[in-house]
Amino acid sequence: MIPAAFDYQRVDSVDAAVAALGEHGDEAKLLAGGHSLLPLMKLRLATPSVLIDLGRVQELSYVQDRGDHIAIGALTRHHVLHTSGLLATDAPLLAHAAGQVGDPQVRHRGTLGGSIAHGDPASDLPAVLLALRATLVARGPEGNRSIAVDDFFVGFLETALRPDEVLTEVQVPKVTGQGWSFQKMNRRAQDWAIVGVACVLSGTAAGIGLVNMASRPLRASATEAALAGGASLADAAQAAAEGAEASADLNASAEFREHLARVLVRRALEESAAGGRSAARV
Amino acid sequence: MEMTLTVNGTSHTADVEPRTLLVHHIREGIGLTGTNVGCDTTSCGACTVLLDGQSIKSCTVLAVQVDGQSVTTIEGLAGADGTMHPVQAAFREHHGLQCGYCTPGMVMAAVSLLAEQPNPDERAVREGIEGNLCRCTGYHNIVQAVLSAASAQEGGS
Repeated sequence: MIPAAFDYQRVDSVDAAVAALGEHGDEAKLLAGGHSLLPLMKLRLATPSVLIDLGRVQELSYVQDRGDHIAIGALTRHHVLHTSGLLATDAPLLAHAAGQVGDPQVRHRGTLGGSIAHGDPASDLPAVLLALRATLVARGPEGNRSIAVDDFFVGFLETALRPDEVLTEVQVPKVTGQGWSFQKMNRRAQDWAIVGVACVLSGTAAGIGLVNMASRPLRASATEAALAGGASLADAAQAAAEGAEASADLNASAEFREHLARVLVRRALEESAAGGRSAARV
Repeated sequence: MEMTLTVNGTSHTADVEPRTLLVHHIREGIGLTGTNVGCDTTSCGACTVLLDGQSIKSCTVLAVQVDGQSVTTIEGLAGADGTMHPVQAAFREHHGLQCGYCTPGMVMAAVSLLAEQPNPDERAVREGIEGNLCRCTGYHNIVQAVLSAASAQEGGS
């Protein structure tokens, strides 16, 4: 399978990418690791006439300690997240989940920003960023702006990014004293999750992101509210599918997905409450 | 567009259409056909090569994306005198193949795994090759081969 023909432009800076987007508008797509976009292009489900390759933008690959949060460059690859000592200490949920994306080859190429900007509800890391209440930074012609993760995913493969903006950075608050868990139900190791759950828990304050339970990455708001109101973990987990719009496919009916959400959220809360996974198990 | 790729230590400059996938450039442009195309959907790992030392699926990378970088294919593992790479030797010793179609990708994935984890246990080996499918389901001997190569590398270092 060969993608439809396109013009290829390689840029060496974010500003050059923004300028190229301004020039080509909707006809252009940004290329990072390519592990979401290229499969779509090979199937001709995406046929951009211009590809702007960010692969050489060195300034966007980093994991930095910024005091109360960790800042991650959008082009940081999953393998780097998974093996980052900084993330293992201060955002272990993200380090662990990055090691569950796809398979080793995919993690050597795929990038955090690419996965987030693609906005696929079946991807693991958007749910992780929801759980962690991350902040996203985008750069456009007028400069940088910050976007709360809850405002970022607006529809199926649709985000709050404007056509001339580049996602440049992901900021995750440091977690201290929080339990965490990542639950992923799939048939084969490298498959997309049928349903996944990313969870952090500190007392009655929880952050829970759901994979594949709606047309966009979804927060389990009803479960979070139930916990905050004093519900037990098991009772709160019963609300996990409220507000969801699970789809049906060859792997699962909508009802089975709702069942999985309740079971996996309960397991995630219980593992988190038990102290969560230790950094050594990341 | 013109691009240069170092493959198994040899530099190749060619005029490549941007939509050309790396695996096709390797097979048809450079003429090294040891790298197989299997599923063509980033699943099976038959097209695995090393890009600057790390395993990737070359069906999901544009050739132009890796302009100026260095690729190792299955043809590049053996020594100049034909001495097999320790992972290749272990696959032969343990018969880590049946039909052989997945083998080049399996070997490249194993080389990348052992570079990152020189002493994996069996679980780590199985997880390390989870991006490679053997449709003969010959995983048992493949895992034995990778474990054996790990201990051979350990003994030799």
